[in-house]
Parts: sequence; structure tokens; C-alpha cells
Amino acid sequence: MSNLAIEVNGLRKSFKGKAALDGLDLRVPAGSIFGFLGRNGAGKTTTIKVLMGMLRSDVGTARVFGLDAGDPASSVAIRSRIGFVTEGKDLYPYMTVEQIIRFTRPFFPKWRDDLERRYLRMFDLPPNKKVSDLSKGMQSKLMLLLGICHSAELLILDEPTDGLDPAAVEDVLRELVALAAAEGTTIFFSSHQLTEVEQIADHICIINRGKAIVSGVLDDLKARYQRIQVVLPDDMPAGVRWVEGVASVRQDRRTVSILANGNADAIVAQAESIPGATVERFPVGLKEIFLEHVRSEDHALV
Amino acid sequence: MILRLNQSSGIPLYLQLMEQVKHAVETGALRPGDQLPTIRKLAEDLVMNPNTVARAYRELEHEGIIELRHGSGAFVSELGGWKAAWKSNLTRKAQAIVQNAIDKLTASGLTAEEIRRLVENELAAVRDGKKLQGAEHE
Repeated sequence: MSNLAIEVNGLRKSFKGKAALDGLDLRVPAGSIFGFLGRNGAGKTTTIKVLMGMLRSDVGTARVFGLDAGDPASSVAIRSRIGFVTEGKDLYPYMTVEQIIRFTRPFFPKWRDDLERRYLRMFDLPPNKKVSDLSKGMQSKLMLLLGICHSAELLILDEPTDGLDPAAVEDVLRELVALAAAEGTTIFFSSHQLTEVEQIADHICIINRGKAIVSGVLDDLKARYQRIQVVLPDDMPAGVRWVEGVASVRQDRRTVSILANGNADAIVAQAESIPGATVERFPVGLKEIFLEHVRSEDHALV
Repeated sequence: MILRLNQSSGIPLYLQLMEQVKHAVETGALRPGDQLPTIRKLAEDLVMNPNTVARAYRELEHEGIIELRHGSGAFVSELGGWKAAWKSNLTRKAQAIVQNAIDKLTASGLTAEEIRRLVENELAAVRDGKKLQGAEHE
């Protein structure tokens, strides 16, 4: 527990009888950049709300820095150590950029003036413009500035790059990486932009229908998952019994495409033992892992 | 040293980083005693996770390519330079052999794709051969 920033066990939450979280487990190591992935409605935002103490779960525990997120007193302590960045709608629209910074600063004794100046300049935020007159991208940047400048130990970001152009996305990602490297800040961000998760996350969790379906160290997952393509000889019947580790098999006439989740060497060896078979293996990116799991779950449930 | 990673290739990023540092040493872009960027600098420059950079550096140190000196950073080791020189010499010789073989095969009418598959099949056979030898020893 000591080096976990977030620990969630068997979390369940229903809205009007419909399960938003269905036994979610989550372990976020301190100092990691953690990508929290899932389709719209998979339960990402509900999870974040539970962690922030904005929602009570029905069953299960959610701990942040070892403190119970469901307990009102410890939730206050948790929130003082967290930077929370969500869509711009939580900002007061009638305030100017400068006013909202001045309004936020007193809540956080460890406010960093140097970072504030740096991000104002870097994000090109106009101090005298009203929040309501800012573009969606500008609002995201302002939220990010407010979340970063109070020296949080943990940043929780709900789709931080939503609505940003590619150059601004790269700026934000670089700042998150810099923050993790310089201050050791734990960064937990939800996203459905797989490429940006692949770029900066070292740990990931894919959530689907309120459950974690894949989680772990991203580079280890990439090493474990491989695509193995087998071209069978003419007289080969379909329906081979494969060794352990096969996540999915698709066959189109003589071509068999296997997604291996571990044990790839043994699967390749088995394929090569088929007389006349040609075997090739390919690395698999996060997108393929994501689609395979989310789709196969959806099919299984239909 | 200029590094370029492909985030969505499916190849673990720490492995890509290790390969590129090794390549830089083999080509002489990095020489023994040269300092590598700090973890923080490289993470920011490449916009990648500092823990992943640290993992690549640890593995490179484990292989003897670089030395991590506490407090002062990462340096290309003498051994790394020696390994690289040996490898690059070997690669140059191998390149001549491969070039020669490809010229002959192309002249006999095989396409690049057909040659690639032949080479891959042979490599796979070599791998299986090793497995069989290994099994005999057990």
C-alpha cells in the first residue's frame, strides 16, 4: 500500500439499477504516468468522481494515498494533495483568467508562482479575458494551469487534451512528462486518445462496462501481446486446438491470424510444427490490444 | 545523437530506446566517454515517460554499453565502444555477403519480397535448429 497512489478494490456503483462500475480493481503506483482507457460510458468519469469524493460507491473500497476516498474527512485531506483537471465547465464563466487564478491560489499554501508565470506565458493565456470568451482549448489549458500550480502529489486528469489542436496536445504532454520527471508527480489521466497514452504512459488500465479488462506496465503488455499469422497447407482442417496464451483466432480459408497474450514462442512453435505451414509474427500496438478486448467483450455479451 | 521513437509500432519503447543508443554507439554518433542526456532531459525532448527512459538506461548499463555514475549521469562505456566497434566491423563484412547474395538472386529473377521471405524462413529454420540442439542437451 505504501507506494500506491491509488488503490481500488471491487468497486461497484449503479445508477437507477444500471451498473456503471461492476467490480473495478485499480492499482496506480506512485510516480507513474497512468493511462486510464475506455470507451465513452465505460465508467472512467464515475471512477474519477469516486476518487475525488464526489460520489459514494455502493460496494468496494477506493483509497488515495492510503486514505479512504469515501470518508468525508479523509476526502478533504486527499483533495488538498490532488490536482484535478476536467473539462472547462467547472470554471466560473464570469471571471477573467487572472481573477480565477487569484481566486484559486489561497486554497493551496504550496502554490507555485514560478509555474504560474511559466504556464501563462507558454499557454498564451490572456489574463484579462473572461472564461466564457475562451475557446475550449484555452479553457483546458487554464484548468491544467490551476491543477499544476498547487504542487499536487497526484494529478487526476479527465481527458486533458480533449478539444486541443495537435501542437497544444504535444505541449500538454511535454509538460506532464516534465512534471513527472522533475517533481515525481503521479499522473492519472483518462483518455480515449490511444496514441497519446502510448506516448507518455508507463502503466495503463483498460476499463470496459465498469470492469478492468487489461492492466499493467505498457511495455510489458506490448512484449506479451503478439500477432502470429499462419498460412496453412491446402489440406489443413479448420479448428486447431492451440496451446495456452491464444487471446483470439480468426481464420479466413488458409490464413489463420492469432493474437497471443503471452506464450508467443510456444504458439509459434506449435504453428511451425504443422507440416507446410508458413509462420510470421508481428508486434502489436495498444490500439489493437484495446480493440480486441473491447470488441470481444461486446460480442460475448450480445 | 538524434533519437526518434515510434510509439504505436507495438515494440516496447524502452527496447526502441536501447536499440537507438546502441546504433548511435555503433555508427560513432556516440563514443566511449560521451555523456548521454539526463533522464529528465531525454523524457522532455522525446515527450516520453521518465520511468521508461530510466528502464532503458538500466538495461543498457546491465549490458555494459553505458555506465551510470551516481550524481553525474550516464556515459558510454569503454566496453560499449569496443562491443560496438566489433559489431560494426562484423556488420560491414556481413553486408558485403548479403549484398552479393541479393545481387545473384535478383539476377536470377526473384523479387525483393520473395527474397525477404526466403531469408525469414531460413532464419526461422536456424531458430528451430537451435531449439532441437537445446532439447538434445536436456
